[in-house]
Amino acid sequence: MSEFLQFLFSGLTVGAVYALVALGFTIIYNASGVVNFAQGEFVMLGGMITVFAHAAGLPLPLAALAAIAATAAVGVALNKLAIEPARGAPVVSLIIITIGASIFIRGAAQLIFDKQIHSFPAFSGDDPIHVLGATILTQSLWAIGGAFAVFVGLWLFFTRTILGRAVLATSNNRLAAQLVGINTDFVMTLSFALSAAIGAFAGVLITPITMTSYDVGLGLALKGFAGAMLGGMGNPKGAFAGGLLLGLFEAMTAGYLSSQYKEAAAFVVILAVLFFMPQGLFGSKSTDRV
Amino acid sequence: MLTVEGLRSRYGRIEVLHGLDLHVDSGEIVTVVGANGAGKTTLLRCLSGVQPVSGGKITFRGEALTTVPAYKRLSRGLAQSPEGRQIFTNLSVEENLRLGAFLYSDARVDKDMEDAFQMFPILREKRNLAAGGLSGGQQQMLAMARALMGRPSCLLLDEPSMGLAPIIVQQIFDVVSGLKALGVTVLLVEQNAFGALKIADRGYVMETGQITMQGAAAELIADPRIREAYLGI
Repeated sequence: MSEFLQFLFSGLTVGAVYALVALGFTIIYNASGVVNFAQGEFVMLGGMITVFAHAAGLPLPLAALAAIAATAAVGVALNKLAIEPARGAPVVSLIIITIGASIFIRGAAQLIFDKQIHSFPAFSGDDPIHVLGATILTQSLWAIGGAFAVFVGLWLFFTRTILGRAVLATSNNRLAAQLVGINTDFVMTLSFALSAAIGAFAGVLITPITMTSYDVGLGLALKGFAGAMLGGMGNPKGAFAGGLLLGLFEAMTAGYLSSQYKEAAAFVVILAVLFFMPQGLFGSKSTDRV
Repeated sequence: MLTVEGLRSRYGRIEVLHGLDLHVDSGEIVTVVGANGAGKTTLLRCLSGVQPVSGGKITFRGEALTTVPAYKRLSRGLAQSPEGRQIFTNLSVEENLRLGAFLYSDARVDKDMEDAFQMFPILREKRNLAAGGLSGGQQQMLAMARALMGRPSCLLLDEPSMGLAPIIVQQIFDVVSGLKALGVTVLLVEQNAFGALKIADRGYVMETGQITMQGAAAELIADPRIREAYLGI
C-alpha cells in the first residue's frame, strides 16, 4: 500500500507538469490549429530564467514572476516574428516553423545561460510529508496544486469571460470571428502569451524536484503532446487528464516493472487508446455537416 | 450610405475585380446578380475587409473604409452574412447568436435574440443544439440572425439561397424584404437573379469582375438580355 501510494505521488507530480505542457499545447492548437513544438522550451525557459534571476539576487517569487513574464514575451515574439508572417501557409509548415523555433530557443539558451544542470530551493523547504508510510515532497503538492489551479483558471477563462469566448470563436471559425468584431490577431498573440506563461509556470514548479538545463524542453514537449493526444487534442479537460494519466502510467511502470520500460509502456498505452478511440479519451466527434 | 469607386482586388497575380463602381443608398435593398465566378463574393469580402483591396475606394456613411481592419467594420455598422454561412459549428445556436452581439453587453442583446427567434422560430426550437447539426436552410437563417445581432445599419448578404429548397429560399427572401421595415439597408449578392431582383429596389449585373448593367430592379427583370442570360425565360 505504501509502495503504491509512493508511485501515485510521484506519478501525479510528473503528471501535473505534463498536464501543464498539454494545456499549453491545447490553447495554441485551439486558436490556430498549430501544434507548437516549442512548448517544451517555454518550460525550460521558466526554470532557467528563474535560476539565473535568483542567482542575480532577486528573491525567489520575484525571480519566478520575471521568468513567467519573460517567457510570455518570448511566446509573443514567436507569434509575431515566425507564425504571423507565415499566415495562410499550411498548418504543417507552421508546425515545422515551431520545431525550428524550438531548436533556436534551445541554442540561444545554451549560449545565454550555460550547459550546466541547475536548480533552486523548494518553495516550502525540503522536509517531506509522511502519509500512510509513503512520503511526498511539499514541492510536489505545489506542482499538483499549481496545475489544478491553472486548469480551473483556464476553464473559468474560456466559459465565463468575453475574451475566452473570443478565443473559442476564433478557433472554431476565424473568418466568422472577424465578422462579428473579434480582433483575431490579438487573440492569436494572447494565446501564445498565455501558453508560454503556463509553460514557464510548469518550469518554475518542477525545477526544484527534477532540476533543469537548456535541453529539457524537447522531452517535455513530447510528453505533453502525448498527454494532449491521449486526452483528445484541443480539449482542456482532456489535456489535463491525459497529462496526469501519462505521469501515472510512467510512475507505475517504473515502480512495478522497471524504470527502463517506463517511457515505452506509457507510449504503448497511448497507442492502444488511440487505436480504439482515435479522438482521444475526451475528444468530441466533429459535428460539421456538409 | 455605401459607395464603391474603382474597386480592384486580386488573388495573387490574377485580378478578379477590375475597377468596380456601385452605391447603396440608405433604406434600399440593392442586389448584385451574376454567374458563378463573376467576382460577387470577392466584392463582398472586400467590403467586409477580409479580402485585400488593390485599388479604388470604399466609403461607408461618409467615412473611408478601405484601410479599416475587418474586425472594426461591424462597429461601424456593416455586417456580413458570408458565403458558405460560416457559422460556429461547435457552438450552440444561442452561443452563435450571442457571439453575433460580441461587441455589446447590454440588455438589448436578449431583446435582439428574442427578435431573431421571432424572425426564425426554428432557431428557438434548436437554440441549445450544436449549430453544425442544423440543416443548410437553418444554418443560413442562423448566419443571417447572427449578422443582425451585430445591430448593422447595412447588411451584406452573400448567396443566401445557395443550395436550398425553393420553399426555404422563399422564406429567406421574405425575411430579407422585411428588413427594410426594420431600417436595415441590404446589399444582396445572388446567382438566383429572379428571386433577388423581385425583392430589390435596384440591381447591378456583374460579369467577370465588372458591372455590365444597372438599373431599377423592375427594369432589369423586364430587360430581354437579362431574361435570356440570367432568368432562363
